[in-house]
Amino acid sequence: MTTRAFGEPIQRLEDPRLLTGQGRFLDDIGHGALAAAFVRSPHAHARIVSIDVTDAVDVDGLVAIYTHEDLDGRAGEPLPLLIPHAALTHGRTAYALAKDEVNHVGEPIAMVVATDRYVAEDVCARIRVEYDFLPPVVGIEAARDGELLVHEDVPGNVAAHMVQSRGDAVAAIEAAPHVLELDLAIERSASTPLEGKGVHARWDADDASLRVYTSTQASTSVRAALAARLELPPDRVEVIAPDVGGGFGVKIVHPWPEEVLVPWAAIRLGREVKWAEDRREHFVGAAHERGQLQHVRVGFDDDGRLLGLDVTVWHDNGAYTPYGIIVPIITTTQLLGPYKPGAYRAEFFSLYTNTVTVTPYRGAGRPQGCFAMERTMDAVAAYLGLDRTVVRERNFIRPDEMPYDHGLIFQDGRPLIYDSGDYPATLEKLKKLVGWDEFEAFRDEARAAGRRVGIGLACYVEGTGVGPYEGGWVKVETDGSVVAATGLTTQGQGHKTVFAQVVAAELGVPVDRVTVTTGDTRRFGYAVGTFASRAAVMSGNALATAARKVRDKALRIAGEALEADPRDLEIVDGVVRVVGSPSGAPGGSIPLATVAVLANPLRYAFDREAERATQFGGPVDYSKPPVAEGESPGLEDTGYYSPPRSTFANGMHAAIVETDPDTAEITILRYCVVHDCGTLINPRLVEGQIHGGVAQGVGGALYERMVYDDAGQLLNASFMDFLMPYSTEVPFIETDHLETPSPLNPLGVKGAGEAGVIPGSAVLASAISDAEGFAITRMPISPSDLFSLRLARESR
Amino acid sequence: MSAAEELYEVSLVVNGVPRSATVPARRLLSDFLRHDLELTGTHVGCEHGVCGACTVLVDGRPIRSCLQFAVTVDGAEVTTVEGCTRPDGELGHVQQAFRECHGLQCGFCTPGFVTTITAYLEENPAPTADQAREAIAGNLCRCTGYQNIVASVLRAAELRAERA
Amino acid sequence: MKPAGFAYHRPATVDDAVAVLAEVSPAGKVLAGGQSLVPLLNMRLAAPEHLVDINRLTELAYVRVDGDEVTVGALARHADVEHDDAAYAVLPLLRDTLEHVAHPTIRNRGTTVGSIAHADPAGELTAVLTLLGGTATLRSMRGERTVAAADFFTGPLTTCADADELVTSVTFPVPEGRTGAVWTEVARRHGDYAVCGTGVVVTLDDDLRVAGARSAYVSMGPEPAVLDLTDAVAGAMYDDADWAAAGRLAAGRLEPDDDIHATAAYRSHLAEVLTARAAGDAARRAAVA
Repeated sequence: MTTRAFGEPIQRLEDPRLLTGQGRFLDDIGHGALAAAFVRSPHAHARIVSIDVTDAVDVDGLVAIYTHEDLDGRAGEPLPLLIPHAALTHGRTAYALAKDEVNHVGEPIAMVVATDRYVAEDVCARIRVEYDFLPPVVGIEAARDGELLVHEDVPGNVAAHMVQSRGDAVAAIEAAPHVLELDLAIERSASTPLEGKGVHARWDADDASLRVYTSTQASTSVRAALAARLELPPDRVEVIAPDVGGGFGVKIVHPWPEEVLVPWAAIRLGREVKWAEDRREHFVGAAHERGQLQHVRVGFDDDGRLLGLDVTVWHDNGAYTPYGIIVPIITTTQLLGPYKPGAYRAEFFSLYTNTVTVTPYRGAGRPQGCFAMERTMDAVAAYLGLDRTVVRERNFIRPDEMPYDHGLIFQDGRPLIYDSGDYPATLEKLKKLVGWDEFEAFRDEARAAGRRVGIGLACYVEGTGVGPYEGGWVKVETDGSVVAATGLTTQGQGHKTVFAQVVAAELGVPVDRVTVTTGDTRRFGYAVGTFASRAAVMSGNALATAARKVRDKALRIAGEALEADPRDLEIVDGVVRVVGSPSGAPGGSIPLATVAVLANPLRYAFDREAERATQFGGPVDYSKPPVAEGESPGLEDTGYYSPPRSTFANGMHAAIVETDPDTAEITILRYCVVHDCGTLINPRLVEGQIHGGVAQGVGGALYERMVYDDAGQLLNASFMDFLMPYSTEVPFIETDHLETPSPLNPLGVKGAGEAGVIPGSAVLASAISDAEGFAITRMPISPSDLFSLRLARESR
Repeated sequence: MSAAEELYEVSLVVNGVPRSATVPARRLLSDFLRHDLELTGTHVGCEHGVCGACTVLVDGRPIRSCLQFAVTVDGAEVTTVEGCTRPDGELGHVQQAFRECHGLQCGFCTPGFVTTITAYLEENPAPTADQAREAIAGNLCRCTGYQNIVASVLRAAELRAERA
Repeated sequence: MKPAGFAYHRPATVDDAVAVLAEVSPAGKVLAGGQSLVPLLNMRLAAPEHLVDINRLTELAYVRVDGDEVTVGALARHADVEHDDAAYAVLPLLRDTLEHVAHPTIRNRGTTVGSIAHADPAGELTAVLTLLGGTATLRSMRGERTVAAADFFTGPLTTCADADELVTSVTFPVPEGRTGAVWTEVARRHGDYAVCGTGVVVTLDDDLRVAGARSAYVSMGPEPAVLDLTDAVAGAMYDDADWAAAGRLAAGRLEPDDDIHATAAYRSHLAEVLTARAAGDAARRAAVA
């Protein structure tokens, strides 16, 4: 393996373990642990009158039953509101176990700890809860009506109301030659990782310390939250994200009720306790996203240039707001995509409903914003009789306008300023890839054969790599291997490979000599988490900084050993040498392993390498202290990266669909992606991220919805009825890349994790509209929905 | 329920090794493998037979281990993802193909794909791309979008032929 | 999602099995492939006191072709039926239909008789058995009886089988005369239960004119219904019959429900479209039979 790993599509370092069943996911840990299960509310809105455990207490294998009144101290307080915001005037969070009231089906009421999960569920089935029913608020319309309330002290069910604007959009629209209005809707979906959440906790009474494994996207922050909740010194709490079976946003929320309760019970019982969320629990006890109603008013000129854009969003935030109002903020800011309307006004209402809480799911509000903007672009094009790509092109921010300041505040509280991107070039590539200009010939051919086809496109810009910071630690061991750590977590993105590529490139070592640990507070204590497509930007640059410091130190030490100017030295394949000299040349090189030995003078020899580092091990300059002034022992260092603001990736998707004139079945014939996430560290892994995102976009557009009835029951809380796509539902994805480096960070990288999912509903709505000849305004769309739309049009 | 459950000794040959444990009749094969035998490569993603993460081979045929009681298959030969390696412990052809083609991301669903594809290629040693897509159509993956898994099936067929 | 406890029985013979069923009746439930039952147990939507596991009754693991009928024993897996070449030779509809039943991994374990005994109105094999006028054979300590499919299915998820009875086999008769049979369905995802599915058998006379047409459906009502479509197409040449009229006739006689995946109106529309498609295909098959 060469040292030129950066930018190469190398195979992943994590794969051999995962492929042979040697991965360690949450439920693979702690075979001897007690099992937890929860009694969850079967009702959407109710007061708890009583909890009766009489029938439950004699079950063989029961260890403990806990309800809210057992939760002492801060464990019994409402869970934290993680991201407060001035506009979130009526934030509400749940208790770890419901106190007096439940606000959605699935809210935990009692915790059972037993010898195994089978027994724990037996006990749950025997606990009787008496309820006083309250009328449930289900659906955005019901919440907006405000007639019935989710929380009796939140008038109109409005958790937050926020307006952002640039210029006077209302006046610009009034003055515009043409005005259109659109009413749009997107339904709920959810992250739905194949592995649910899970927590394992072990209290070490002798050490007065707590070790928690949790399937999380933010282990460091879980530690802080647990220390606060359980009133423990932070340094007595270790939190580790083991192998995590997908996150996609839902695991960024913390602490989940179970994340507090399992450690709390482990401490109280002095026993290991584990909870592995099952699929049904995940549907009703985790989080959903996406559900919004939108109203768009747009004014434009004869060329299709947007003069004013005014958008109102009603966002369904579910029963609680533990993660603040990030999602609607992102919708209303990222909606703008690559465009620059003359004036813009965005208003949102974040509304409570008696349904599962809404927190970010991959894309985090962007798919909805992209849907609103791109439906608007198509509407403008249709109204003016212009090609849809032409209208978009005319509204693009040009490359020479970068950096471009939208005059709005982004989700990180910082100005919404695009750093770089070449949108016209991206569109040109996309048109070529999909054959945009040749499509009408294909349509004619298909039509002649009795087939109905359509083409669509959608563009997006994604703010990635939000702060505040991440850190990295890099150390060269005395055998020449390199260990590195960063605090943010990994859920399948291949961070251990990508970060190894970054470190290997900086240090000049083969990539397979670098071992990276993520998401383990024992290895790195300062971190934020994995969300907002930020890992490569944040930890990538932090690790690069740390590795560069280690490199500088190695060159300093090697320079002394080789009696060379460090500026004349390079590291190639793990050997420090004079630039250009062949390694192995006598006196001209020194292995990095030896430099690591020299960097850490020892008194005690415990192996052959250590022997060389002892005071009698080799030639010594007795005029200097063993560790030079200002230096620290060891070839290791720490680096941080904290960006001034987000860096903005972009992309454009095009799809060709076929709609069956008889059965209304929708088939994707082609799906094309052009993507620009700056410098690519590993093209193969970026492409994998795009594929996965597109599959989720297709799922959200054509298959997935959360179906609640009027009583607030989730009717499809299973993989039988929540239709995640199988291989047969996902099209072959054709991709092309641009690489417009970010000027904001040393590596020039932008985030790639969420991109693929963002334009899914927008591009497929565009293509289906094109095939059918009428505008699709509500997603997802099933064949049955399309059939209903056709009927409604025929009867008009 | 306060009376202890009746227990059954269940003996299986797992990946060529005789294994047994004493469990209640309701112990699912998935839990038996994972928690009684501590072979945690087999994963559980839904426990209602849809996701396929728990797929193992019983007497050579892929089945959902979450939809079987261990006691039902007492005496059977079971192959799990741990048994899909080469005899020397190196990656088997399906595993190697997944690595080469980036056929996995989080790796949670992967064991079910590896077992399913291993059995599939025994019956269909040279699938087309469409057949490869069809072959994995009963397993859910939330990370990869399947494209690289389809490629992995095709690559595994090549590797299998080369190693034969 | 772990099943509740149950008393477990694993008889080694059919005689033992019916003895156990008699003993525990009505609290017993038969476990065969488990592909429908175990999800219900795991979700605790069902919690039988006694489970009678028939996976040791290897005497019932057979697919027999006997002249003009195919008989499937209670322990034959879907995959065994699907891959049985002798059965395919006389009744290709079985394999054609089974390919729509879930995914291969489920078919490796699920039994054809089990899915019929489960009487899911979305289960393809229930419709096929009814369409072909097949029978189910039931055994108990009281004796053996054979019941016509039309009498066997008594409602959604219910059959005429008593709690002490074991369905030991089902028999699919091969349609008489010059016939073609086709199964087609629309499902949300490949392998899902159909939104609407139909099997159609078309019989032609010696002049290749339509002599008869029958259809059966899944997901179009509480139990499998067989419709006689002959009136719409009788006497027409096989390649010139008004299959659309047959589709309309069918749709007019079905009363499907709304559910989370489709409206009743869409289902009716699909029944019309799919019936016409399947019937036309079946007629073409009959013509070359």
